[in-house]
Amino acid sequence: MITVKNLQKHFGKLEILKGIDLEIKKGEVVVVIGPSGSGKSTFLRCLNLLEEPTGGEITFEGQSITAKKHDINQTREKMGMVFQQFNLFPHMSVLQNITLAPLKVKKQQAAEAEKIAVDLLRTVGLEDKRDAYPAQLSGGQKQRIAIARALAMQPHVMLFDEPTSALDPEMVGEVLEVMKKLAEQGMTMVIVTHEMGFAREVGDRILFMDGGYIVEQGTPAEVFGNPQHARTQDFLSKVL
Amino acid sequence: MNIFDMAYEYRNFFFAGLKYTLLLAVLGVFFGFVLGIIVALLRMSKWRVLRFISTAWVEFLRGTPMLVQLFLIHYGLTELGLEFTPIQSGAITLTINSSAYLAEIFRAGIQGVDRGQVEAARSLGMKQGMTMRYIVLPQALKNVLPAIGNEFITIIKESSIVSMIGVADLFFQAKTITTITYEGLTPYVIIALMYFVLTFTLSKLLGILERRLSTDDHR
Repeated sequence: MITVKNLQKHFGKLEILKGIDLEIKKGEVVVVIGPSGSGKSTFLRCLNLLEEPTGGEITFEGQSITAKKHDINQTREKMGMVFQQFNLFPHMSVLQNITLAPLKVKKQQAAEAEKIAVDLLRTVGLEDKRDAYPAQLSGGQKQRIAIARALAMQPHVMLFDEPTSALDPEMVGEVLEVMKKLAEQGMTMVIVTHEMGFAREVGDRILFMDGGYIVEQGTPAEVFGNPQHARTQDFLSKVL
Repeated sequence: MNIFDMAYEYRNFFFAGLKYTLLLAVLGVFFGFVLGIIVALLRMSKWRVLRFISTAWVEFLRGTPMLVQLFLIHYGLTELGLEFTPIQSGAITLTINSSAYLAEIFRAGIQGVDRGQVEAARSLGMKQGMTMRYIVLPQALKNVLPAIGNEFITIIKESSIVSMIGVADLFFQAKTITTITYEGLTPYVIIALMYFVLTFTLSKLLGILERRLSTDDHR
């Protein structure tokens, strides 16, 4: 579904990604772990071109999205993204947050967009918050709304950029619960996270990144149970 | 003559003047607002030429006296074959002058909106223009509303310079009444009060708008 070939990203002289190759299959849940500054967030943000790659190629559903003439907006409609800082639109109600893109980008009818939004709110357990504003919500609630907002575009893949890192500990669970449900429904997901327990439980494949490379990858059992690379062993010994 | 007698006896002068002052202020505020947004967006354009032109526009209009700008437009452009009526020249001067100040206010507002807001909108497939219109500008305008209010009040007050090219605004009428009555104080006290009522009303209205907008983020 997504093919990444020799992906590189430099910020000036700083090389963040030094050549990433990866193939993500439909329905797969890929969890990216690694130390701070290893390039995992940059890698994720390259997948929907929030960061423009310096080199390499990304193909999504058979189309090269790094090609010059490609209209990235069309691709972004099919790639939902959830951010560490939620990034809900503070001047809009929860319902407006969720329906804005379906109405303006997909040109859905208001009634249809609202129905989808209400269904999604039920899925994330927040149907009573449809008329609330983001400032009235807790961090965990904001992130669940942000997930619903991304899902409202009916994406083919969901990208999660450290979705629980800005949350108070007691709210992490409710967000991970929603993500787990999503994974069980067969959504293709790429997740950057520091939640190792979650990675192990939900991930189909774990990528360990360090220094701009994918150092090691495999099933959770392989990477967590029997890490091959010294840097993976070192990292896991510190976080587990 | 006491102030009430004068206000009553010359009421037609004052109302005529008020009409022009209001007309010019409304035109200056409206077109200055629209042009200001355009200039602000051009200042953040990715094309260097547009950035240069809009920056020069702002710097020139902020760096020269409005009275000079008024004379340049009203008398200067005549030499080039562009003739405007005094009202037109007044409206143009107020518009371009306020556009420069408002552009700077808008730019600060736009740049003050969190980058994550743009990223979230773009990640949903919204184009740049859509993101600006639905996400960035509403938040930017809300944040800089007090500064915009200041600029509107300035436009009302500064509109008095159009009397210099013969627009019969409030200030012009006060001068006329002074000429007729030899009263140097009372006419100006009256128009000062009238200007104050205009600006004070506006600042109260903006205060109401500000409170209404901020109900979005009551915690």
